[in-house]
Amino acid sequence: MRYLPHSAHERADMLSVIGAADIDALFSAVPKSALKSFDLGLPAHQPEFLVEAHMRALAGKNHAAGDGPFFVGAGAYRHHVPATVDHLIQRSEWLTAYTPYQPEISQGTLQMLFEFQTQVAKITGMDVANASLYDGSTGTAEAVLMARRLTRKNKIVLSGGLHPHYRDVVKSYLKDDPDLVCLSPSPEGQGDILQQIDGNTAAIVIQTPDFYGHLRDLKSAAEAAHAQGALLIVVVTEVVSLGLLEAPGALGADIVVAEGQSIGNALNFGGPYLGLMATRKEFIRQMPGRLCGETVDADGNRGFVLTLSTREQHIRREKATSNICTNSGLCALAFSIHMGLLGEAGFVRLARLNHFNAIKLADALEGVPGVEVLNKTFFNEMTMRTPQPAASLVERLARRGILAGVPVSRLLPADRSVDNLIILAATELTTDADIAALAAALTEELA
Amino acid sequence: MTTKFTPDHEYIRVEGSTGIVGITPYAQEQLGDIVFVELPAVGKALKKGDEAAVVESVKAASEIYAPVTGTVVEVNSLLTNEPGLVNTDSENAGWMFKIAITDASELDTLLDADGYAELTL
Amino acid sequence: MSMNTQGRPTGVGTVGTGASGSALIPDEPLLFEIGDTEHSGVDLPDVTLSNDRLGGFGRKTKLDLAGLTEPEAMRHYVRLSRMNHSIDSGMYPLGSCTMKHNPRLNEKMARLPGFSDIHPLQPVSTVQGALEMMNQLSHWLLTLTNTAAVALSPKAGAHGELLGMMAIKSAQEARGQAHRNVVLVPDSAHGTNPATAAFLGYLVKSVPAREDGTVDVEAVKSALSPDVAAIMLTNPNTCGLFEPQVIEIAKAVHDAGAFFYCDGANFNAIMGVVRPGDLGIDAMHINLHKTFSTPHGGGGPGAGPVVLSEALAPFAPVPFVRKGANGLEMVEHMEGDALGRVTAFHGQMGMYVRALTYMLSHGGDGLAQAAEDAVLNANYIKARLQHIFSVPFPDYPTMHEALFDDSFLKETGVSTLDFAKALIDEGFHPMTMYFPLVVHGAMLIEPTESESKQTLDRFCDVMAELATDAIAGNKQRFTAAPTKAPRRRLDETRAARQPVLKWEKPADLPQAAE
Repeated sequence: MRYLPHSAHERADMLSVIGAADIDALFSAVPKSALKSFDLGLPAHQPEFLVEAHMRALAGKNHAAGDGPFFVGAGAYRHHVPATVDHLIQRSEWLTAYTPYQPEISQGTLQMLFEFQTQVAKITGMDVANASLYDGSTGTAEAVLMARRLTRKNKIVLSGGLHPHYRDVVKSYLKDDPDLVCLSPSPEGQGDILQQIDGNTAAIVIQTPDFYGHLRDLKSAAEAAHAQGALLIVVVTEVVSLGLLEAPGALGADIVVAEGQSIGNALNFGGPYLGLMATRKEFIRQMPGRLCGETVDADGNRGFVLTLSTREQHIRREKATSNICTNSGLCALAFSIHMGLLGEAGFVRLARLNHFNAIKLADALEGVPGVEVLNKTFFNEMTMRTPQPAASLVERLARRGILAGVPVSRLLPADRSVDNLIILAATELTTDADIAALAAALTEELA
Repeated sequence: MTTKFTPDHEYIRVEGSTGIVGITPYAQEQLGDIVFVELPAVGKALKKGDEAAVVESVKAASEIYAPVTGTVVEVNSLLTNEPGLVNTDSENAGWMFKIAITDASELDTLLDADGYAELTL
Repeated sequence: MSMNTQGRPTGVGTVGTGASGSALIPDEPLLFEIGDTEHSGVDLPDVTLSNDRLGGFGRKTKLDLAGLTEPEAMRHYVRLSRMNHSIDSGMYPLGSCTMKHNPRLNEKMARLPGFSDIHPLQPVSTVQGALEMMNQLSHWLLTLTNTAAVALSPKAGAHGELLGMMAIKSAQEARGQAHRNVVLVPDSAHGTNPATAAFLGYLVKSVPAREDGTVDVEAVKSALSPDVAAIMLTNPNTCGLFEPQVIEIAKAVHDAGAFFYCDGANFNAIMGVVRPGDLGIDAMHINLHKTFSTPHGGGGPGAGPVVLSEALAPFAPVPFVRKGANGLEMVEHMEGDALGRVTAFHGQMGMYVRALTYMLSHGGDGLAQAAEDAVLNANYIKARLQHIFSVPFPDYPTMHEALFDDSFLKETGVSTLDFAKALIDEGFHPMTMYFPLVVHGAMLIEPTESESKQTLDRFCDVMAELATDAIAGNKQRFTAAPTKAPRRRLDETRAARQPVLKWEKPADLPQAAE
């Protein structure tokens, strides 16, 4: 067994040092009825090449995004990740390091997290950011709980443009909570969230670009929320948009949560991803998750440590701000390297290119007879209404090798009004040929 | 003016009907460098034993309980920016909150200086 | 600069100019001190937007993001990486963390485009291989635990624990037992257990450990009442011991109408050797990043699938995979009592691929051998060191962790922390200290199965030599440690009192008050 260093001789020697007759003697506390009292029936160990063949066969049954025209988004986006990023994150010292609780021998991870926090604060326009959370959806639930702690009020209003999975996660975290208000889905970009704000409101949660691609007015939402002592939580599922759209912090957001996957991280069928969270300086003690801070060492040299850890579960136990114990360290590293490679110049160019391709996509879709694009505004994603049920149309296009987007009914199966809606995204990877192929196939399918 | 102590290493210095609450020098030494103090809201009504404040050191957070029943009348807002005062001068500049004592007889249940000294031997 | 009792500098020091570093121990400026807003390491066409669709929401504020060209970025991140300890460069004797070898085949497989370049919402017909992969992983987890159902989606152990306890809460409600508002937690438990229970609105009631470090079934029985919803027990427990009365405890818990949540953090000690389902557990999370070798990555991402008993299976969250008429289906929406969703999409696919690759490599036989070797290694360390380091719970053989206390340091003026920091100068990561809380000055050592006998011998030699030196009065070696790391001890008080959580341009900083 290639991962186990002991020879049979060494095992025997060690047992004799221990003074145990055999290995089972070390399991003497285990009730006899439970120790090796079964046949697992699992296959035996295999050489590397056979395991690889097995996994390759499974992978080969999937249609990879790069295999053809691809327009799927809705909270996870296919972007180019520079080769440097994946090379660097596989370095032993990044990949196989533990959480940096021993700062003297973890300065690499800690300095990276400090740089990451700075990058996230800058793109969101907020004072401070944490060292990442699991993903955008759980981050949204955490932000909602944080807003309740900060305001000591209870009512939470979720915009109809919030990603349905994010809404469902918040609902699971606040199970059966009468103070949770979920507005109806708003594929046309409509919204009545401002009328919902009252004196008991802890926070309103608005996603922009929203689930259907519409850009939302954060400034008036912030003003309306603040007038009632409520907080504005802004959710961003496509962080590339922040290269082109005004920073939520500049528009009055109190907490910004984002899915950071688009920068540095592959689609990975939904995970691991990377939750970003940023807030105002005065709120940091109620922010969940790890934080890295600057300090000095015994020689007076600059160094970094995890700080304000008394908020965390391993110290506060039942009084912790959250039960979270892990962040997304390696995904944060990938994000930070990619963002470092982009820099301001590259990030803005990337965002512009995404929008540029999305405009081409919207124009092409508008040209398909029977298709209507619902968005007046968008960044790189939009919703189209087709004359046919979307699910089967997407399925037929997939058989033609085109992954045409997400039928809204997949996420909202109980809502018949969305049956004919498809959400489509374009990124820097979308080519003119991809768009032409989609338009041609759509035209044929709808003819 | 009398000062009483709790077994949780808090002191209450009684001035008329008001008590000034903080932690003892022994407690601050055990906790190490205090980095944050969460103070109660002025006007908050506390029962004896209620959680009133939290002191955080780098590696621990400890609750400060109300030594007697009463209402918070003033907090030491200097601690917000200078939590280290609890370390350097816990009995004077490092006080945490003042409480209007509801029932002075509750003080009799607390330790006096000798009783507390015995506890920390 | 003066030092506090933990050997850290106190008071506000002045930031030095930075050690200059050497060729092998680098000292690296911040990204923002190297790059600027004009540099970029990515070539992208610079398109002009003639007619944008941003509706006036376009950015007016500057991003002020520093960029690096590719060679600059490569050097920055390589130099930073060299300031980290890692499994590949040395042992982590970290109790309760299971820092085992991370096979590179796992990484290679996770990067196959058929796994890494597929979207969670593309048609299910186009990802049948991914669903089959999830099904196979589920089969292994269910077989190894002898349980009825598994929820793969939790993002990490604590998240899985939350989900498992949510399932218990739902099950109690479905039984008309919503009034049960107490969760029993042994006082040796990891801090996430009470945090999770409290998060769900439960009152946490502590169950004391016996003097031998295990939980007494009688103590559990006397703590059980009609208000108790569940017990959260770690087995093997946080002291590294298998709970000898676990079956009786499970029975008592069930008889009282409560559920048994098992914290699976220590599953590595028993995988393939003991099936938790045979012990009577109702829910248990499995840390794929501990037991099944997915990398820790400097603190995540993890993955925390939860196995569930028959009683809890109906309360599993979406999504899950099942067989349907046209191949495998992904069930993404609630049916009946199901919990809903605890994360967007389907969980940590990239981690599933790595874990299954690891399982196939080991096979059922290899996993059992790995657990036995992990236990063998811990007992070997215990046997070699117990003449110097006192063992607080000597009655049982230890499982995969050796627990010592710091009584040998009495009178030396050396703290447990000092002792652990001295390990750094000898090339080892410190062991887990001050946990579990039930042991004063605890030192919890988990070698895992990945360490060779040679490494274990060297580790034991170093531990013994350090102890001898501490007892001999060479205090300075410990209180000054580490001296050979990229940094000496850091001023955590300063970091917490005046948090500096992001880089600011020196020109933008307010003038210091001093």
